[in-house]
Amino acid sequence: MIVELGHFCLILALFVAAIQTIVPMVGASRGHVGWMATGRSCAIATFVLIGLSMAALMHAYVVSDFSVVNVVQNSHTDKPLLYKISGVWGNHEGSMLLWVFMLSVCAAAVALCSDNLPPALRARVLAVQGAIAVGFLLFILFTSNPFQRIAEPPANGMGLNPVLQDPGLAFHPPFLYLGYVGFSVAFAFAVAALIEGKVDAAWARWVRPWTLASWCALTIGIAMGSWWAYYTLGWGGWWFWDPVENASFMPWLVGTALIHSSIVVEKRDTLKTWTILLALVTFSLSLVGTFLVRSGVLTSVHAFATDPARGMFILILLLVAIGGSLLLYAIRAPKLQGGGLFAPVSREGALVLNNLLLSCGCATVFLGTLYPLFLDAMDGPKLSVGFPFFNRTFVPLMVPTIVAVGIGPMLAWKRGDLLGALQRLWVASLFAVGVALLLLYLTYGSHVLAVLGIAIAAWLAGAVVAEWAERVALFRTSFGNSMGRAIALPRAAYGMSVAHFGLAVFVAGVSASAFGQEAIEVLEAGGSMRLAAYDIVLQSVDRVPGPNYTADRATIRIASGGATIATVYPERRFFPLQQQTTGETAIRTNLMADLYLALGEADAKGNWTVRAYWKPLVPWIWIGAVIMAFGGLVSLSDRRWRVGAAARARRAAAAAPAE
Amino acid sequence: MRRLIALLPVGFFLILAAYFAWSLRPGYDPHALPSAMIDREAPAFDLPTLGGPGTLARDALLGQPTVVNFFASWCVPCRIEHPLLMHLATQGKIRLYGIAYKDKPEDSARFLTQFGDPYKAIGMDRDGRTGLDFGVYGVPETYVLDAAGHIRKRFVGPLSEAAVNKELLPLLRQLGSP
Repeated sequence: MIVELGHFCLILALFVAAIQTIVPMVGASRGHVGWMATGRSCAIATFVLIGLSMAALMHAYVVSDFSVVNVVQNSHTDKPLLYKISGVWGNHEGSMLLWVFMLSVCAAAVALCSDNLPPALRARVLAVQGAIAVGFLLFILFTSNPFQRIAEPPANGMGLNPVLQDPGLAFHPPFLYLGYVGFSVAFAFAVAALIEGKVDAAWARWVRPWTLASWCALTIGIAMGSWWAYYTLGWGGWWFWDPVENASFMPWLVGTALIHSSIVVEKRDTLKTWTILLALVTFSLSLVGTFLVRSGVLTSVHAFATDPARGMFILILLLVAIGGSLLLYAIRAPKLQGGGLFAPVSREGALVLNNLLLSCGCATVFLGTLYPLFLDAMDGPKLSVGFPFFNRTFVPLMVPTIVAVGIGPMLAWKRGDLLGALQRLWVASLFAVGVALLLLYLTYGSHVLAVLGIAIAAWLAGAVVAEWAERVALFRTSFGNSMGRAIALPRAAYGMSVAHFGLAVFVAGVSASAFGQEAIEVLEAGGSMRLAAYDIVLQSVDRVPGPNYTADRATIRIASGGATIATVYPERRFFPLQQQTTGETAIRTNLMADLYLALGEADAKGNWTVRAYWKPLVPWIWIGAVIMAFGGLVSLSDRRWRVGAAARARRAAAAAPAE
Repeated sequence: MRRLIALLPVGFFLILAAYFAWSLRPGYDPHALPSAMIDREAPAFDLPTLGGPGTLARDALLGQPTVVNFFASWCVPCRIEHPLLMHLATQGKIRLYGIAYKDKPEDSARFLTQFGDPYKAIGMDRDGRTGLDFGVYGVPETYVLDAAGHIRKRFVGPLSEAAVNKELLPLLRQLGSP
């Protein structure tokens, strides 16, 4: 009964979304206020309906209703509650439902938080969002119905892939999808602007918070995914340039470019057509990513069950959404008015450079991801791809990007002074050189490239601090005066500094991985091995039962200089249902380095393979990503987003000193 | 001019969409790419072996049906495929040689200590020259050679249990593998 209700809600949502697409769009072009206003109520209704549908599926999972095919295939009564819930999106049908649910969340948020938008713009934005929802609801209802019943329900389900039974992965998809789908708001704004033929500072000001929020969610989502890969897959890597990872990384790169270029639109009223294009491309890449993952066109470690019919359906969706919006762009973009001019060396120039580098970075990732497809079609020369390709193409592009991130904020708008900026960054340069020399001394000059990476990170961190010091006139005026300025700085400025600092932390974490050490040995109980400054003693391996698995749990003592630092318990878990074994690594971190232990297989004599890695600064990779996302949130809390120019005037008239 | 530039994105997208449509055509299986090398003599190679003196040459493979697997320590799908190779090799079901593609010897060695070594011998194809001669797209790829050294079958991407049971093992039997 509840399952059918969920299905009906989804069908109803399709019809409401169809109204949301047509009525406000027609209303906006005819100037009919009532028609335009339907967009808002429809968006909220769609959200409620899809939410109910989602709740119905979740209910079926929680009570283990095995009359539903989807539950049978992906759940089991013995599964812990958390994974019964996360199992909802651990499969194709459910994850598409989550996708469209996130879309409705975004549309409802736009509907509720858009009091300061002109009614026609709001109507068009909601109509575009409605159209996307229609496409994906059709996709779910016709090719991937999660509410399909089964005639003879089995006694129990097949369970969820053990690799996916992990708290980190439970929350990874919702964040990732929120990021992907959040860019649909920027996309809808761009399409609406193209229809209206008007892009101005106000437009940029409305789009930016949405872009920032999705960017933060995507950053967190990607970081969670990579953190999960790091601690579960058991070989210490954290990024594999796998097609599915790249599918999430490409919108991130272009989305980052979009955040920066929309600043230029807002402040200087120029770079408009480019920003519109970026907004279209960012969401298009999210859609292409969905296509690649769902159609099985590319082979990937992440591949879910795939189906060519679904691929064809998504391809048609892509043609309509991306092809249609880019065609609109081709027709309308040349008519958009260009804005102010600027010298190549200026803040605008720096942001253009940032955009170029990020776009090129995205293009290389795109090429590397899709190359098997292209080469196969052309029957052309053969290339190899994977780590070697990305290390040689993507990484060199990012080095100048990171250097430019340090310089950009020091340049003035319109016309900047590069030499002056560099001079004002002498402290940062000195710091970077110092760090580099110290590292070279400590490591005897091995790993020069890694030292270079860390030096660049140090330079960026120094530049961020120098830029802040410059803004608050530190040491050039009284301390109190400086602190006063620091408090008065807008949150957006702090957001930028924090995010750039996060990037520096991230780069340091990535670069330092070259200094890692590892040891793999077969140990008997009581045996020990040595890694970095640690003694690792395998005390025992015991068989312990879990809720839906049995585990071999090792007890490993970590000692340094004779004193025990910690005892850790890496496991190998055997899931009888799926006949599959997964590893549970044990990570001991002090935030400066990780000691990473994984239990391998036992040999005939009952001795165990133990793999140990010492990874300096590796936690900084995720700390850096979290700092970046936090910077985005700080910027998002800036009051100028909440108080639009028009609304401010209205509120002042209403005499509300609420600020 | 402005107009033409504005048309670029949609033009680019349409080409891309055509590729996508092409790759979804019925009967297309991304795992089973054809090879121009099928039924031709395997390209000659003579590679230094991993961890030992001497080399691994094509001629050393002749005389019996043989499976040649291109792998690399940096390749994630190789790790997926590896347990299957280990199983086949330890059961003595295939005569398996490895070619480490664009990989450093110390990395390959570490990979094999970690996951086990199913290969009779491993040639180090540091610059990818041999891979190029074979027409390798990426790793992993697996080739079946008959006793005379002709390539009879190519598997792109990680071997699956189904592909092994339905294609690889029957083919080896047909080629007269003991």
